[in-house]
Order: sequence, then structure tokens, then C-alpha cells
Amino acid sequence: MRIPEKFRELKKRNEGALIAYICAGDPTAEGTKEYVTALVRGGADIIELGLPFSDPVADGPTIQAGIERALAAGMTPDIYFKMVRSLKVHIPLVVMTYYNLIFKRGLERFVVDCSASGISGIIVPDLPAEESGELAGLCEKNDIDLIFLVAPTTTESRMKQILTRGTGFIYLVARLGVTGARSDIAGSTSELIQRVKTNTPKAVGFGISNGRQAAEIISAGADGVIVGSAFVDIIASGNDVPRRLEALARELKYGIKMAPE
Amino acid sequence: MKQEQRSTKFGKYGGQFVPEVLMPVLEELTEEYEKYKDDPVFNEELDYYLRDFAGRPSPLYYAKQLSREYGVKIYLKREDLVHGGAHKLNNTLGQALLTRYMGKKRIIAETGAGQHGTACAMAGAAFGITTEVYMGAKDTVRQRMNVYRMELMGTKVIPVKSGSQTLKDAINEAMRNWVANVETTHYLIGSVVGPHPYPTMVRDFQSVIGKEVRKQIMEKEGRFPDSIVACTGGGSNAMGIFHPFIDDDVDLFAVEAGGSGMKTTDKEALHSATLCAGEDGVLHGARTKVLQNKYGQILESSSIAAGLDYAGVGPELAYLADIGRIKPRYSLDAEALEAFHDLCRLEGIIPALESSHAVAYVKKAAGSGELGDVVVINISGRGDKDLETVLGMNK
Ligand SMILES: Cc1ncc(COP(=O)(O)O)c(C=O)c1O
Repeated sequence: MRIPEKFRELKKRNEGALIAYICAGDPTAEGTKEYVTALVRGGADIIELGLPFSDPVADGPTIQAGIERALAAGMTPDIYFKMVRSLKVHIPLVVMTYYNLIFKRGLERFVVDCSASGISGIIVPDLPAEESGELAGLCEKNDIDLIFLVAPTTTESRMKQILTRGTGFIYLVARLGVTGARSDIAGSTSELIQRVKTNTPKAVGFGISNGRQAAEIISAGADGVIVGSAFVDIIASGNDVPRRLEALARELKYGIKMAPE
Repeated sequence: MKQEQRSTKFGKYGGQFVPEVLMPVLEELTEEYEKYKDDPVFNEELDYYLRDFAGRPSPLYYAKQLSREYGVKIYLKREDLVHGGAHKLNNTLGQALLTRYMGKKRIIAETGAGQHGTACAMAGAAFGITTEVYMGAKDTVRQRMNVYRMELMGTKVIPVKSGSQTLKDAINEAMRNWVANVETTHYLIGSVVGPHPYPTMVRDFQSVIGKEVRKQIMEKEGRFPDSIVACTGGGSNAMGIFHPFIDDDVDLFAVEAGGSGMKTTDKEALHSATLCAGEDGVLHGARTKVLQNKYGQILESSSIAAGLDYAGVGPELAYLADIGRIKPRYSLDAEALEAFHDLCRLEGIIPALESSHAVAYVKKAAGSGELGDVVVINISGRGDKDLETVLGMNK
């Protein structure tokens, strides 16, 4: 399923999106398949599947640890695409990875592999708009959305450039910093939501871990909420993982649905 | 051959591959650097610190005994005599001063062996700027004395326990901290690596080395050397001595760490010879040559010299190697160690193990005629920090 279609469907129901991140191969490829299913059961609307890179500079300790577990267990881009192809889910899948893995595989081959394995979008946290021309062209040709991040520090001139290039959704970084669950939501978040003027859906990530926060974000005007570290924390515990992933997804989705306008 | 001022690239290398949060701060840093780099007041102050605090100019010394032994006329550029014992201070003074001019209150940095961290601690203390240094947890153990040196000068050393717990992980962690504190903090990168403007800025601050050599060699030889040889980790001492000669008829040799041999597995390289054996990739904000596996995962590198032990290299060096302007070479651990002893014994100079790689290459290549008649070797640092390693190797 394509990402815009998903957001259109949600919009009809007047509902925000839950976008769930987990790292593929953490702790095994088989585990990931089971966890994806659990997240979908809990109500996730889009799944971001991390393709692990050895030097994840945009990630905090929780996701770094997940990436290390996945790499230690042998996850590679080849295994990743094979695993994704075997997933039987009917929601959009997005690959999140660092630019060197795409660069090394060859931009075209990477995008074609995404398309062939049923991936609808690509997020590259270390690829700013300035360097993204070639990848953006290939994504357009292959009907893949290239999703860009905007941050509280993004200037107006860069914002314009990003908003013209980004498709699928715009990933709003809720705070200065790396990924990781936190208990407070920065006041700058709603300011950022107001600043991003576009018809492309806006999803907010970095630091969201519970239903109350998810509700706040949606009330502040976002179209979706991205949650990663809170799920990866559950995976790290190794304890009753599928059930707890499903429960957290359900809590988050409930918060999103109940968010006061 | 000179790069266009405004470009973020060296040919296809360089650029800015960083999280969005950092793009505005890189823009700001580029502007501020452009503003101050030719500013007379800034440069006067920097010159003052380079002279009275760092002890510049460093001598160019004719190494008579070594020349006789190796069979080529050798001059040593004595960066080992710079305050702190390495060339690193040239860059940290420049960037710390820039930090002050930019009105930022805090410096963060990465360090491998602790040389750059120490130079940051010195500059931070001299300018009264809060300084925090990220260092791989493994390195904090291997280089205890440098941790203590930094702490003595008021710098907080933060051990990094992620990944391989070495230099590249320290860079990752410094970048993460920077992302969270961009408004108050300057990230003081220690080599000609990272996103634009760092490779250019660090090169410019280190170019004082080559500028001095131009004058000194004219006084002593009445002509330029046939070749200049420098060890290359990230490449800052090499670019510093090469850059002022880039348009001259002087051969430039970048000597990398061959470690225990030029072999790699899926996870690690037995060496750190990125220009010699790396492939195009994107690491720490720049497109450059990188030691990586077939999927693009970064390899753990290896070298007897901690300061050369890095899986990337400055993008400008990758470019200059591609166009044939510099010649990438390597020396093995054992060769560097032998050269280390040569210089100690013959000249009474204890060089850093990093610099010993450059000396070792001269030893190897002198007979072939490749280096010409007059060679300048950049002795990028002194070897006191390495005595424990050398003792261990000699056993
Ligand atoms: C003495 C010395 N030489 C060389 C290096 C390598 O760095 P670069 O290649 O940036 O000069 C280091 C790094 O720590 C060093 O301490």
C-alpha cells in the first residue's frame, strides 16, 4: 500500500496515524516478522523497518543497541529485502537506514529492491535535501516516497526546499537530539507543527513513548505520531515481547484516536 | 587546482551528509569561518597564540645521521615540539578562537589516542571555554595518562561504550551530543574529516605547517624539496604540510597505517590504509574513501598508532589521490616501529608512532629514487605517549 493512500483512508475516518519503528533483525529476522504482525494487530498504520548500519549517528542508546543486536545476529541488506518480501501485511512499509548502505548497494538497485519487496517509502536521516537529488529522482521513477526530516532548527529557506522535495509524509523532529523515549514533549513541537506549511501529512517523532503524549501531538495538529525507542525497549527486554508490543501500539493508537481537537 | 570558495565538495568527495538538525549550524559555521578567516584582528590573535602559547614556528631540522643511514637528504618538520607534543594544537587553537568569536560557550570533541583531546583541553583552558571530550571506553583505558592530562586542564572526558568503543564511536557520540546542543556548542573536529566546512577549515588552520616549511627550506636549501612525506590518519598533518605546496613541483606522499597487513574480513581491517585500500562511501558527514564491507558497514580498523586508527580519511585527500596529485602509500606496524627506533637512536628524537609511519616509508623508498634528493618528513608528534606500546611490542 502507498503512504498517501493510507493517510487518505485515515483522514476519512478523521484519525491520526501511528507509525511504528523497529529495527529489522533485532534480535532475529524471524522475530521481526512476528513483531511486525503484533504491531499491525495493535493498530500501527505504517511500519518503519530499520535497516541496521554500523554507525547510526542520529540514533540514541536504545536504537543503537537494537542495531547492534541486529548486526550481531547477521542482518544484511540482502536478508532484509528477502524478509520484507515475505511479510504479509497490508499497510505501508518504510525503510529507515543511513546513506552509506544505499550508496554502497547502488542507488538504483536499492530503490528497485525496495519497490520489488513491497516497500513504499525511504527515510535517510543523514541525507539532507541538498544531497538527495539523485535518490529523489529514482524514487519518483519507482513510485517510492522519499521522506525528509525537518527540525526545530530548520531555517525557512531550507524548509521550502524540503517541503518541495519530500513526499509521503514530513518527519518532524520533535526536539534537538537523537532518537530515544522521553517523558516530556518539547514546547517547540507545536510551534514546529505550525511552521511546517504543506499539504503533505506531518508526522512527529523523537521521544514519544505513551498514549498521552501521542494525543498531545495529534491535538497540536500533527497527522501522525512516530514511535520507535519505546518499542525497541520492549524488544530489548526479551520478555513477553509480541503481546507487549501489541499492547503499546494499542495504547498509542487509542491516544491518537481520543485526542481532543 | 584550487577549490572554489563556496563549494562544499572536492570533486565528487566531501559534502554534508548529516542529520537535518545540523544543517543550519553547518551553514552558520561556514559563514562565520568565511568571515573571520581573513579578518586581521582574528588572525593577529591566532598568530599570538600560535607563537607565544604553542611555540611556533616549529623548526625544520636537517637530520644528518638519518640522511646518511637512509641515503637521501632528510629534513624533519618538528611538530613534535609544538605545545602538547603534536600538530593538533594548530587546529584546536584556531577553532577554539573561532568558537569565542562565534559567541559559543562550550566545545565538544572526539579523541582516539587522546592527542586531539589534549590539544582541545589546552585550547579550552587557554580561552576559558568549557570543554568535553568523547573518547572510546577502550581508549580511555589504553591511554590513561592522556585522560588524566585532559582532566588536569579542566576538561571532562566522557567514555563511549557503544559500538567498537574506539575513535569512530567517539565521533558518533560527539555528533549525537552536538545534535542535542547545537545552539550553545561548537563541535571541534580534530582532523580534515566530517562535513563541510570542517575539511577546509581544519586544513587551513594546519596549513601553518606547510607555510613555515616553504620559508625554512628556502633558507636552508635555496629551493623546494623534491618530496614531502606525512603520515595520514584523518589527514590533517598531511594536508597542513601539503596544501601550501599543492601548485608546486613537489611530490606529496600520504603514508597510511598498514597495520599487521593489508587484509580485511567482513567486520575488520588489519590496517587503517583508507586511501590505499578503501572504497567510496559516506562516513561522518562526508563522501570519501572508507574501509567498509560489501554492504557498506564500516569496518573496525587497526594500527599500532592510535592516531592513524580510523576507517575514513579526509575527502580532499581522496580527491587529490584520485587526480594523482598525492601518492597514497602505507607502512606496516613493524616497519613503523623500526623507523621509530632509527630516529631515537640516530637523531635523539622520539617520534610519535604515527609520524614513524612517514619515516618508515622514506626508509623503504629512498633507494628507489622515488623521493628525489631532498625530502621533508612531517614529524607530526612526539612519542612519549607511545612508550608503553613500544615496550609491549619489543617484548
Ligand atoms: C602525532 C599524530 N600524528 C598524526 C595523527 C593523525 O591525524 P592526522 O592524519 O589528522 O594528522 C595523530 C592523531 O591523533 C597524531 O596524534
